Amino acid sequence: MELQFNADEIAFREEVRAFITDNLTEEMKQGMLRGGYLIRDHVIEWQRILNKKGWGVPHWPVEWGGAGWSPIKQSIFTEELQLAPAPRPLSFSVYMVGPVIIEFGSEVQKKRFLPRIANSDDWWCQGFSEPDAGSDLASLKTNARREEGYYIVNGQKTWTSYAQYADWIFCLVRTDPTVKKQMGISFLLIDMKTPGIIVRPIQTIDGGHEVNEVFFDNVKVPVENLVGEENKGWDYAKFLLSAERVNLARLGVSKERLQRARELAARTPYQGRPLLEHAGFRTKIAALEVELKALEITQLRVLSAEGQSHGAPDPASSILKVKGSELQQATSNLLVQILGPDALRRQEDAFDDWSSMITANYFNWRKVSIFGGSNEIQKTIIAKSILGL
Amino acid sequence: MQDSLVRLLQRSYAFDHRRKYEAAAPGWSREIWAQFAEIGLLALPFTSENGGLDGTPVDTMIVMEQLGRYITLEPYLSTIVMAGGILRRAASTEQHESISTKVIDGSLIVSLAHAERGTFGSPSRVGTQAVRSGDLWQISGHKSCVLHGDSADLLIISARTSGAPSDAKGITLFAIDPRATNIDIQSYALHDGKSASDIQIKEVLVPDSALIGCVDDGFRILQSAEYETLAAVCAEAVGVMSELHQMTVDYLKQRKQFGVPIGNFQALQHRAADMYIALEQARSMAMYAAMMSQTDDKIAIAQAVSSAKVQIGRSAKLIGEEAVQMFGGIGVTMEFKAGHYFKKLTLLEQFLGHADHHLELLTSGPGLFELE
Ligand SMILES: Cc1cc2nc3c(=O)[nH]c(=O)nc-3n(C[C@H](O)[C@H](O)[C@H](O)COP(=O)(O)OP(=O)(O)OC[C@H]3O[C@@H](n4cnc5c(N)ncnc54)[C@H](O)[C@@H]3O)c2cc1C
Ligand SMILES: Cc1cc2nc3c(=O)[nH]c(=O)nc-3n(C[C@H](O)[C@H](O)[C@H](O)COP(=O)(O)OP(=O)(O)OC[C@H]3O[C@@H](n4cnc5c(N)ncnc54)[C@H](O)[C@@H]3O)c2cc1C
Repeated sequence: MELQFNADEIAFREEVRAFITDNLTEEMKQGMLRGGYLIRDHVIEWQRILNKKGWGVPHWPVEWGGAGWSPIKQSIFTEELQLAPAPRPLSFSVYMVGPVIIEFGSEVQKKRFLPRIANSDDWWCQGFSEPDAGSDLASLKTNARREEGYYIVNGQKTWTSYAQYADWIFCLVRTDPTVKKQMGISFLLIDMKTPGIIVRPIQTIDGGHEVNEVFFDNVKVPVENLVGEENKGWDYAKFLLSAERVNLARLGVSKERLQRARELAARTPYQGRPLLEHAGFRTKIAALEVELKALEITQLRVLSAEGQSHGAPDPASSILKVKGSELQQATSNLLVQILGPDALRRQEDAFDDWSSMITANYFNWRKVSIFGGSNEIQKTIIAKSILGL
Repeated sequence: MQDSLVRLLQRSYAFDHRRKYEAAAPGWSREIWAQFAEIGLLALPFTSENGGLDGTPVDTMIVMEQLGRYITLEPYLSTIVMAGGILRRAASTEQHESISTKVIDGSLIVSLAHAERGTFGSPSRVGTQAVRSGDLWQISGHKSCVLHGDSADLLIISARTSGAPSDAKGITLFAIDPRATNIDIQSYALHDGKSASDIQIKEVLVPDSALIGCVDDGFRILQSAEYETLAAVCAEAVGVMSELHQMTVDYLKQRKQFGVPIGNFQALQHRAADMYIALEQARSMAMYAAMMSQTDDKIAIAQAVSSAKVQIGRSAKLIGEEAVQMFGGIGVTMEFKAGHYFKKLTLLEQFLGHADHHLELLTSGPGLFELE
């Protein structure tokens, strides 16, 4: 097993780096450094730049615009984007609904939606969670009743990220309430402009607007917007939830934060000299780096095993999710600790640069152990699927 | 008084009330402040000869814990504990009459302006200068993160009157009017809903009567007041933590997923138990800090408050993060209470030195168990 990149992979990394250096604008970069929130125009513009290069959806099959890279190359690519840092791709589009349409959609759906996703012509959001269906997603209640060539959708979704920008929403809806809860769910694509949809913002603790409630009141959805078969939506959802696996650990996000931690500590005086010169602080950074290195190697192991088994999701990807989110959170907290007394300030332009957003970011980043299957749910997957408990 | 405080907060400090207080200037409730005065809360730490109640650090602890439970916004810590602690120790009889009396009746808000940008870890580093100019003192410099600076009717400011920038000797305290010309106050919100200010002072002239305590002798007083404040902050954090923990336990009993309350899952039960252990460890150390603050042994006090702050910092982080996690999505929303308690804990963790800083201080001390 290779636990290091080979010459080809290193050359590839250089190529990606050079491309990013040449194309990423300073404004996009600063936008990422300040918050790491998705800035609509930046996401769209950057996706188009990548797409033009043929790197918009590298993990898709080549016929739909994929780059034909190995899982390792894909992860190198993702990590370089995170290190830059470049605007994150809209995962709901390129990692979630895209792959589902490729795997289970009709030819018409593929032709209609995939090129527009690859080029960020449509913004997608994910309508899975509901107020009473969080971890227990299968208990969702939003229902769709079939009537003369349409589904009539009623109900409520919540925590819908970036619904305020969305052109489309992919939803899990109940189409058969009489069977076991997993068996009566369907996967629908819904145009956000359809009458009867209302989006209400939810403010997160850092003050940002990222999530929303989405209400459906007799929303008419043409039956051709059903993906795959009726009542098979749960299978597609499970496929989707494992589809972001090359990006689960978000190693680049943590590495980039550690890099900034060093930078900030070098210019932060503590007891009369730069914090970075204090042994206690350096021990802290080193300890995080050890954990991050271990995760990097674990990811390589998971990905190379996957390369051989032709892409079947590995329950070990739950390790990447749990540990990856913990390290993203630990590094965001490290930055708060470096700020010390300045961490109290909320004012966004309190300092000249990204450091004014550090505390808000730490608050916001508590989400990564909650969404996409909470860490408790991931650990249950490890206990059940890997350990047989 | 404790009972009156509890009743007052129960009646007037529901989360919706708090939201209203925060939204309207000055970002806290003058009405509540007047009621604090009425029940004697503002007189607590002052001596009886100056109209106070001779309260001890343990009394302050009890009050701060209650204020923490409701994440109150009023300037109790800055005006009564910090500034009050300095006035009690160093104010002259005339100053008690002109200042302390008004603090006690609720008509005067006082803030301490000591820390400067980039001085974290070097508490005696004071770059602000005060020089003699005839009969007056001329003060120039800047101060950072002055709590409630925008509401203050009076500032107690530390300035260097002699010595090198980091010398403990040579720091002097002055009472100055924040509305004087040549004082520029830039205020901003903190993440806990309170406010603070950065202050620029340019050649402000004050008479000798503005001196609080003796010339060159301010650091000793600042330090004692800071220890007392640290103990108070620990108690406040215990209040925040115990409320947040209770909220979490209630939620575990009430929120259902997979057809059962999520509190049925042992994975969460154990974590709620860990939070409880962390809370009780923190409570013990807050009590220890308050009790030790009543002694005369400076080294013992310094060690006690630092060790308490280490424990508080760790417990606060654990309880804050775990609570948000167990609330799931609603834990990270503004609309819901829990997230605000988490943010408050994060700030208290950083305020007056985080756990790493106090550990660092402890490593250069004689050790907690060699004192006896
Ligand atoms: C910022 C953010 C963005 C999001 N974006 C989207 C989006 O775009 N689209 C979308 O559909 N959803 C989205 N979500 C929703 C997210 O997937 C849910 O929050 C998540 O599934 C948890 O559900 P819940 O919030 O209802 O918490 P609950 O399910 O109520 O969980 C509460 C706590 O109980 C724990 N728990 C639950 N069941 C068990 C168990 N069996 N064993 C042990 N512990 C358990 C959980 O881990 C959690 O700690 C987002 C959430 C956030 C915070
Ligand atoms: C050095 C030593 C001295 C001892 N001395 C005495 C003695 O003087 N008198 C005496 O009566 N006994 C004594 N014991 C026995 C001791 O009380 C038992 O070992 C203990 O009760 C655990 O029982 P067990 O070993 O059968 O483990 P089990 O009960 O089989 O437990 C195995 C593991 O599962 C965990 N576990 C079990 N049930 C649950 C649950 N419901 N939820 C979560 N986790 C669970 C346990 O915590 C443990 O980690 C001693 C044991 C040791 C190791």
